Amino acid sequence: MKFIELKNVNKTYSTGVTALADLSVEIEKGEFVFVIGHTASGKSTFIKMLYREEKPTKGSVIVGGVNVAKLRNGKIYKLRRKIGVVFQDFKLLPKLTVYENVAFALECLGLKASEIRPKVLKAIEIVGLKEKVRSFPHQLSGGEQQRVCIARAIVNEPKLLICDEPTGNLDPETSKEIMSVIENINKDLKTTVIMATHDKEIVNRMKKRVLLIEHGILTGDYMKGRYKSHESV
Amino acid sequence: MKAFRIIGRSFRDAFKSVFRNFSLSMASILCATITLMVVSVSFLIAANVKDATKSLESELSIVVYLEQDASESDANFLQSTIKKLNNVEKVEYKSKDEWKQEMSQYNESFGTIFEKYETNPLLDSFTVTVKDANSLNTVAEKIRDMDKVESANYGEDAVSTILSVFDVVEKVTVIVVIALIFVTAFLITNTIKLTIYSRRNEIEIMRLVGGSNAAIKLPFVIEGFVIGLLGSLIPIIVTIYGYIIAYGKLNGHLITDLIPLLSPYNLVFYVSLIIAGLGAVIGMLGSLLAVRKYLKI
Repeated sequence: MKFIELKNVNKTYSTGVTALADLSVEIEKGEFVFVIGHTASGKSTFIKMLYREEKPTKGSVIVGGVNVAKLRNGKIYKLRRKIGVVFQDFKLLPKLTVYENVAFALECLGLKASEIRPKVLKAIEIVGLKEKVRSFPHQLSGGEQQRVCIARAIVNEPKLLICDEPTGNLDPETSKEIMSVIENINKDLKTTVIMATHDKEIVNRMKKRVLLIEHGILTGDYMKGRYKSHESV
Repeated sequence: MKAFRIIGRSFRDAFKSVFRNFSLSMASILCATITLMVVSVSFLIAANVKDATKSLESELSIVVYLEQDASESDANFLQSTIKKLNNVEKVEYKSKDEWKQEMSQYNESFGTIFEKYETNPLLDSFTVTVKDANSLNTVAEKIRDMDKVESANYGEDAVSTILSVFDVVEKVTVIVVIALIFVTAFLITNTIKLTIYSRRNEIEIMRLVGGSNAAIKLPFVIEGFVIGLLGSLIPIIVTIYGYIIAYGKLNGHLITDLIPLLSPYNLVFYVSLIIAGLGAVIGMLGSLLAVRKYLKI
């Protein structure tokens, strides 16, 4: 069975806008997949559906054997614990330090403090922020904040890392660094990575599988390195 | 173990966040303080009104006179039947001979008058106390219908006016207290909602990193509890000292001896408990309602 399987997914918002139409796709364990498309193309809806921030109007979304579309509201947290999510706007808790922000994800699970500490420090080390453990988010640069967000996403060793435009707010140089952090996580931890992005340069350089969504329809599924930005976008 | 750790952390986070969001917490606490203060005062007034009407009501009774030829067995029978009536609290019998003796002792001239009669001209009587002053009329009417009863009176006109006034006063105070509790709940809930609105990002992030709904709610609910309790602190102090001082200054009654005030010790204790309980429960419910809004998708 595939790790992620979307079958005939439709999403129509209450406003009547159709965000996704009859979208089907399969993703294997350990893959690195880019999701690209214009603004309002439906790629954000696609990404949000994977961690059940949105529910499909029709069709099924299976992640790790669970039909996310049928998940009850009160059970969503079980799915979220298996998934790490990285956001464009970082979504850090402003009044917690770097350490506390990363530890927060584990405290939610009720882990012992003695179990939390080594995991948090390891995650912070992976993203290269060892020296800033005690800083608050407002004392960090954008790139550093994004690293904290990644550390928080991977601290629980998720099988799936979802990135929603993680480099959208960063300069090209910092973007490159962040991408290499994410790529290493994919390689070393065998974490499946699905990343929505606008950044053609990154997509062209990294030569990964690319899903192209246009007007809510999956118009292209390019295997590793087949995608070239001049074709579209 | 896991649950205990989550609960422990919730307490830590709740206290932390009361102080880290101090100005917002302060708004909620002050709102609770002011509204609970009003509730406390109205509670004290309501309790005193209730007590004053009760004590006046308990002094109302029906005086029943038996017919001249009623025998002792008639009297016994009547006493037991009256006792069985609804709402009857106590039936005190006084025979005509007792009346005669009492009156003769009270004034010698009564004695000389009585000596002119061959038989005792007085009547046997019952003093009937009722549980609920509103039933005076029905009880009196039932007694009047009984055999061997000459009359049954309770000062109808004056009593009915007094009772209807008491009734209105009591109902109004109850309604006012209930309304105030609702207003308090509404105001506190809304202020807490505002503080939580400013932290909706925090809730969103908790959800995104896999916090269960219960684990997210708990710190907020505890925070509401703490805010409610802190808000009830000043009203409780004011209730205790204010009422004790007022009671002392007024010598235990309001305007006349007819309206006694309740002794402060038990009353102040209960009202304080109610205020603390109200603050805590409303705080918790307010937080719960506010957080729930952000836990839905």
